[in-house]
Amino acid sequence: MTIQEKQDEIIEEFELFGDWMEKYEHIIQLGKELPLIDEIYKTDDNLIRGCQSRVWLHAEARDGRLFFTADSDAVITKGLVGMVIRVLSGHTPKEITDADVYFIDAIGLKSHLSSTRSNGLFSMLKQIKLYALAYQAKSLT
Amino acid sequence: MSDTVTIKRKRGLDIMKVREDFPILRTTVFGHPLVYLDNAATTQKPLAVLEAQDRYYTTINSNVHRGVHFLSQQATEAYEPGRKKIAAFIHARHTHEIIFTKGTTESINLVASSFGRKFLQKGDAILVTAMEHHSNIVPWQMICEERGALLKVIPVNEKGELVLDELDGLLKERVKLVALNYISNALGTVNPVREVLRAAHGMGIPVLLDAAQAIQHTEIDVQELDVDFLAFSAHKIYGPTGFGVLYGKEEWLNQLPPYQGGGEMIKTVSFEKTVYNDLPYKFEAGTPDMAGSVGLGAALDYIQSLGMDNIRTYEHELMAYALDALRGIDGLRLIGEARERAGVLSFLVGSIHPFDLGEILDKQGIAVRTGHHCAQPIMDQYCIPGTVRASLAFYNTKSEIDALVTGIHKAIQLLG
Repeated sequence: MTIQEKQDEIIEEFELFGDWMEKYEHIIQLGKELPLIDEIYKTDDNLIRGCQSRVWLHAEARDGRLFFTADSDAVITKGLVGMVIRVLSGHTPKEITDADVYFIDAIGLKSHLSSTRSNGLFSMLKQIKLYALAYQAKSLT
Repeated sequence: MSDTVTIKRKRGLDIMKVREDFPILRTTVFGHPLVYLDNAATTQKPLAVLEAQDRYYTTINSNVHRGVHFLSQQATEAYEPGRKKIAAFIHARHTHEIIFTKGTTESINLVASSFGRKFLQKGDAILVTAMEHHSNIVPWQMICEERGALLKVIPVNEKGELVLDELDGLLKERVKLVALNYISNALGTVNPVREVLRAAHGMGIPVLLDAAQAIQHTEIDVQELDVDFLAFSAHKIYGPTGFGVLYGKEEWLNQLPPYQGGGEMIKTVSFEKTVYNDLPYKFEAGTPDMAGSVGLGAALDYIQSLGMDNIRTYEHELMAYALDALRGIDGLRLIGEARERAGVLSFLVGSIHPFDLGEILDKQGIAVRTGHHCAQPIMDQYCIPGTVRASLAFYNTKSEIDALVTGIHKAIQLLG
């Protein structure tokens, strides 16, 4: 599936839910499906700033594609991280840096998330894109 | 007037009527009526304050003091009574002991900078407590670093109370000033400020009280307390943002050098020498916040029309109700269990992250604060990243506390 198809899939999933509590239940469920980061990578270097809760993110390259694992101490954050990783993990660095991530707006999440939460989410997106950029730069040299 | 006051005091507060004075309380959030429990961060403004500020800008606005023209004099006449009202509200001996600032933070920075430059020598110390807001830590840290002085800390026990046994010993360590909060913004502890003042004064050491969380909940008499400096913000006592007060005893303020230079704070200026103005203007460089003074004056009038003792009695009752209600929730742990508390309830539920809990409460229209509440050192002591903080005002109701409890149960269902 392309990044776009994955996003559309998530948007469709969220259309099934009537109220916000159900949406949150789903977000929390997605957090449980998050590919968990290995404990050895839970270091300060892998910590993403800009969030009240802590998020650790680790990137690994296999066959020219980037795979992400992560964790958070807050379950809603973990769900949000899970969604972003589901969308972007397993793609090439170029696909990741070029990706237009629109699903957060489309499921109406942005207007519902507190600004600290969405700032955190966007700093994570930025970090993922930075990993992809760095990997691209490295493979060019 | 005195008759109506008596009647009001007998009757207590009619909360539903009081709520009508605060237009913002009619807001709905995500389809739910707003339950505003973030009053320790900022309080809502009654119509009396909004209208006073509006009237100021629509009919009086002009720069104060120096103007010869009609409006400027009107503005001065609207601006200076605020100072009188504040002096009366905290029972200051002199009106000129009231310095206008941007808020508690600036008030503390002013004392840290001016007192520090005048009195702090290498090896001296400033004494704070382990439960201070960052704004009563960092300004002292900065001046201590500059002067080669040390920052010492009165410890806090597991319940969130000061360990006073250590106070006398600490005071002997070349302490030049004690700075502490009256009521903790993170734990709600009401500190035994009288005991601290007695001990410090016994050794000739002045005390600054951060009253940011106390001014709106308890009557303060600076002369009876015999406190040397007291700081608070207008926006936490139903007044406008960006305006605050530093009270200082005349004999202290006269000894301190100015904080900032500029207009207003001078008598004469030449390139050779500047003669500073008298109190309070010596500490008020630049064009002041005229509407701020008008707004705070209106807020104090409003509060006094309700009666500070009525407010205290009602808030006390509401706090007791809230404590009971929260203690009834399985897995809820109060952070800070001081015997004396006011305004603030800090808590955690099971292993739920405060950020998650705050967000689910928000979706139910309930406004609380989550995080470290600008008091990281005390959070570190409890080994927690932060708490959920519900903070009360006199316009809150028992049914809002019930809504909070229901909200927490719903969050537990979802997150637990």
